[in-house]
Parts: sequence; structure tokens; C-alpha cells
Amino acid sequence: MHEFSLMDSVLSTVEESARQAGALRVLSIDIVIGDLIQAVEEAMDFAFEALSEGTICEGAELNMTFVKPKSVCQDCGCEFEHDVFHNKCPDCGSIFTTLIQGKELYIDKIEVDMPDEPSNDQT
Amino acid sequence: MELDIGKPIMEKNDTIAQENRKLLDEKQVFVINLMASPGSGKTSTILATISALSEKYKFAVIEGDIASQVDSLKIKETGVPCVQINTGGICHLESNMIKKALEPLDLDNIDVLFVENVGNLVCTTDFDLGENVKVVILSVPEGDDKPVKYPNIFQVADAVLLNKVDTMCVFDFDQDAFEKSLDDLNPLAPMFKISATKGEGVDDWASWLDSEIESFRGRN
Repeated sequence: MHEFSLMDSVLSTVEESARQAGALRVLSIDIVIGDLIQAVEEAMDFAFEALSEGTICEGAELNMTFVKPKSVCQDCGCEFEHDVFHNKCPDCGSIFTTLIQGKELYIDKIEVDMPDEPSNDQT
Repeated sequence: MELDIGKPIMEKNDTIAQENRKLLDEKQVFVINLMASPGSGKTSTILATISALSEKYKFAVIEGDIASQVDSLKIKETGVPCVQINTGGICHLESNMIKKALEPLDLDNIDVLFVENVGNLVCTTDFDLGENVKVVILSVPEGDDKPVKYPNIFQVADAVLLNKVDTMCVFDFDQDAFEKSLDDLNPLAPMFKISATKGEGVDDWASWLDSEIESFRGRN
């Protein structure tokens, strides 16, 4: 259940950013997760619901984008997508490959509800 | 209103891990993050390794468990300094826990620090603690299919230990299948077959670890 630790970290960053912007509440959170992180979508949702209760993130929409692993071969330069098990070069068979995507874990953007500014007040 | 964040979720953990690494580098302390399932023989492996290398290096241990002092008492009985972390339900160690655990340790008198992570093949994988190497233990009774079922932990390992090889005759453990799946996941990591309690294979593993420590000390 490392999803709880990940979500705890997501929420503290989001709350801090939203507060700094003067937001009233958070409407949506977009996060990007590489497949190699082994974060389970349902467990992330569950952790989000449990941990966001009573915070300005409660009720926000959580959008998760999962990224497939991709590596580059150090011997022949071939770039290739792969599953979480196999990362040998499909072209030359080299074991010397470097992962270039699939371990992402970051908050992309959030949408927040801001207090009405005087210029927007039509009444 | 939309706000671009672009912040790594693990930023806080990674920042503290880097601080730990910097402090430990300055103090010339080599750190092993030892990860495995509960009951795979982490504590026995630590004790066997210390016994093999105790004439050359001064050791200390940080024990991570959900609860209890069971493991730290075993270590302290041998006279090796040990700090117990009780995570209280968290299934892995995080860098801030290590930072706190380092405080009571006399780092000027330690060459090698074993960090025994919480028994878990999933959650421990992604948390950098500030270690120099990650070592993963699989024990024979757990079965040869674990690398296939829990690939990530075997992918991040700098070395893999197959423990309890003395029980091979009792369990239906397919060594070829195990080695093949390890080779697919992490062809560069060496694998050592050991029996931590009987001593079999410990010297080969200790010799690899010794060369890693030597190379660390040469760099610092």
C-alpha cells in the first residue's frame, strides 16, 4: 500500500500550491505515473478519497495518466517500448540499455476554484 | 483556474535521501538497503555478513519493522550498534525515517551500515533512502516465480541473494526458471546462492560486498 504514501505526498504538494494561489478549493488533479512505479489505479483512488476528506482537495477529480516503459540501447541507439519485464534491445540483443520513460511520478497540473475577483463581479 | 505544478511526487523523499547520502559520504559510511519478504532471512543474512567481514569493517544496523524490537535485540546481542524503526503500519522505510535513525549512531566509528527494510517486495522499491546499493533477498521456500510476480524489486537490485539454499531438496524450486527470469529482468546484477544460517555461499557474497565497499572508499 505505498499508494498511501504517494498520495499523502501528492496532497501536501497540491494543498500548498492551491493555498499559495489563494484558491478556495481544488477541482481536479492531474498526475503522471510510469508503469514501473507499480501504483495501482484503484488503490490510488482509495487513498485519495481517504486522505483528502476534510481538506480543500475533497471531492476533486483525480486524473491519472500511465506511461509505458521505453528504453534506449547504448550499443546500437535503438529506442524501444517494452513491458515491465523485458528491457533487452530488440534489435541487437544488448543488455546495456537505459530507461528513458516509465518511472515518471509527478503532478502535472491542478484546477482550482478561485474567489471572485472584483473585475469579474458583474452585479 | 489551472495551475501548472510539474513537481515530482517523491521530491520530499528524494531530497532527504540526497541529504542522507551526502552526510554518509562525508563520514565514509557505506550503506546497504536490504529488501525482501518477511521471513526470507534478512536479519540472519546481516549477521552472517557481519561475521564474515567484521575483522575489516565496523558495522551498524538500522532495523525497519511495522512493530517490535525483535530484530534489533538479535543484532544488539552481537554487540553491533543497532537502531530500531517502528513504522507503525507503513509498509516501507522512507528517507526521513533514516535521517532520524542516523542521529543516535556514531557515524565516525561506522564503516558499513545495513538498513533492513520492512518485509515487502513491492512498496520498498521506489523509496530512495540514501543507500549505496540495493540488495534483494529471495528465499527458496518463497518459490522461483517471485521475480515474475514482483519484477520491479528485482530490476532495481544491485545484487540478488538466493537464501536458504540448504532447503532446496525440500521445496520444488526451479533454479533454471529463477535464473532465467532474473536474467530477463536484470542481467547485470550478480546473484549469490547462500545459506545465511549454515554459512554456505556467504564468502562469495561477502567478497562481492567487500569489493563494492572498497570501490566506494576509493571514490571518497
